[in-house]
Amino acid sequence: MAETMTLEIHRGDTAGGELVSYTVPSTPGMVVLDAVHFVQAHHAPDLAVRWNCKAGRCGSCGAEVNGKPRLMCMDRVDKYPAGEPITIRPMKTFPVIKDLVSDVSWNFEVNKKIPAFKPRNDRPPRFSQEEADRVQEFRKCIECFLCQNVCHVLRDHQRKEEFGGPRFFVRVAALEMHPLDDGNRTGLLKQDLGIGFCNITKCCTEVCPESIHITDNAIIPLKERVVDEFYDPIKKLFRILMPQSRPEAGD
Amino acid sequence: MMAEAVLANRRGGLGRTERRDLWWAGPLATALGLGGFVVYATFRALYNTDFRVVPPDSAYILSPFYSPLIVLPWLPPWVSPAILILWAPGGFRLTCYYYRKAYYRAFFLDPPACAVGEARGHDYRGETRLFLFQNLHRYFLYLALIFLVILSIDVVYACIWPADGGKTFGISVGTLVLGTNVTLLTLYTFSCHSLRHLVGGNVDCFSCVAMGQLRHGLWKNVSLLNKHHMFWAWTSLFMVAFADFYVWMIASGRFTDLRIL
Ligand code: SF4
Ligand code: SF4
Ligand code: FES
Ligand code: FES
Repeated sequence: MAETMTLEIHRGDTAGGELVSYTVPSTPGMVVLDAVHFVQAHHAPDLAVRWNCKAGRCGSCGAEVNGKPRLMCMDRVDKYPAGEPITIRPMKTFPVIKDLVSDVSWNFEVNKKIPAFKPRNDRPPRFSQEEADRVQEFRKCIECFLCQNVCHVLRDHQRKEEFGGPRFFVRVAALEMHPLDDGNRTGLLKQDLGIGFCNITKCCTEVCPESIHITDNAIIPLKERVVDEFYDPIKKLFRILMPQSRPEAGD
Repeated sequence: MMAEAVLANRRGGLGRTERRDLWWAGPLATALGLGGFVVYATFRALYNTDFRVVPPDSAYILSPFYSPLIVLPWLPPWVSPAILILWAPGGFRLTCYYYRKAYYRAFFLDPPACAVGEARGHDYRGETRLFLFQNLHRYFLYLALIFLVILSIDVVYACIWPADGGKTFGISVGTLVLGTNVTLLTLYTFSCHSLRHLVGGNVDCFSCVAMGQLRHGLWKNVSLLNKHHMFWAWTSLFMVAFADFYVWMIASGRFTDLRIL
């Protein structure tokens, strides 16, 4: 007889919900999304779950498995203790639409605040791979929003008005550190994206399925740029005394 | 019962989580480690004695808590030479990006761990307002670099031993302890995020600026060290306390400093 496991899946919508238990046979190599699909196919055809690639590429299947934010399609069930139920809930930080599907549209509104790539015209559009390496890490983002979900500034403090969140610091870093970009988004980081609210506690980095070093490689370097422009007293003095010494954007 | 369980995930509140792992172990260990260091360092800074051994019995071996040694006789006795200087390395660690993470989690519980609830009702402002001083980290870095030079000179002194009315090169366990201490402090300081920014992180186009290749090389090397910044932070913290403890023990005569060379 095949071994079985118990899933406790959130069923409900904005009006309220509850955990419902389902029994699922476990098969070798099974991931949480497979188990959810089994429930959908055999027990609850109306169970709502968002997914696309089942390969950790599309970023659609984010949820909280035993309290930890994860991509369900990349989460093997055999790593959870046998005999204990596996709890699956939608991401906490965003409003639930139904069952495991949450409404992440707020993120796309934040994205609109970020000015796009602005090419510099003073030199030929050429740069080395070495220079590209740094920004390439940020291009791996699959927009799963697990980092947005786990960030306590959004999750516990609901600062959606004042704070952009780690995913968008990654996006700004990809633009700001691009060798050919001529924009300056430091003021945006300080004001509209509220980078000061981030207390660099690194939960975003811990959950990123693409292993982007969000805090070390995007947020902290951006914080240093904000310090350069707004909080470094000696730099400020220099700027007052020698206004022409202001660095060119992109340098 | 079911409905209660569902609400648990939506509700805030300190320590609320569905995580089943030992999420509290990390912040607890951090709190004990940092708390222990602060208690020991405060005690030793106020202790104001047994912080060095001097020739002719030994080479000059000075505790890193008391280096550089500034003796101002007119100050009240509790204002030890350590208190006069420790604010600089203390400020460096207080504003360090790694320690910020560590104590925001372990002491402010903001958050205690990832996806674990926080105490409700406090007006979270992150690193704005009251915490804007964290932005001065780079100035503490400049001071820390000066301290590295001073502590390296201490190691040189710890190699000069008295011999028949003259001086000779020598190494004792104390010399090695001070040497290891300054090595770990150097690795900690050279893996600093602000240094990483300063040497090249602030450049986007390395082929467009003066000395771009050099800056790229420096940035890459500091980045390599920076990956292990947490490791250097803890090992150097432990070692600086141990170095002080060792000097305390030999200065008070409880241990004999074993000469190796
Ligand atoms: S490091 Fe900053 S952005 Fe990332 S989760 Fe923590 S507070 Fe949020
Ligand atoms: S940065 Fe990582 S966690 Fe955040 S949205 Fe992108 S891939 Fe997901
Ligand atoms: S289904 Fe595409 S990332 Fe999981
Ligand atoms: S960031 Fe830790 S010492 Fe600078």
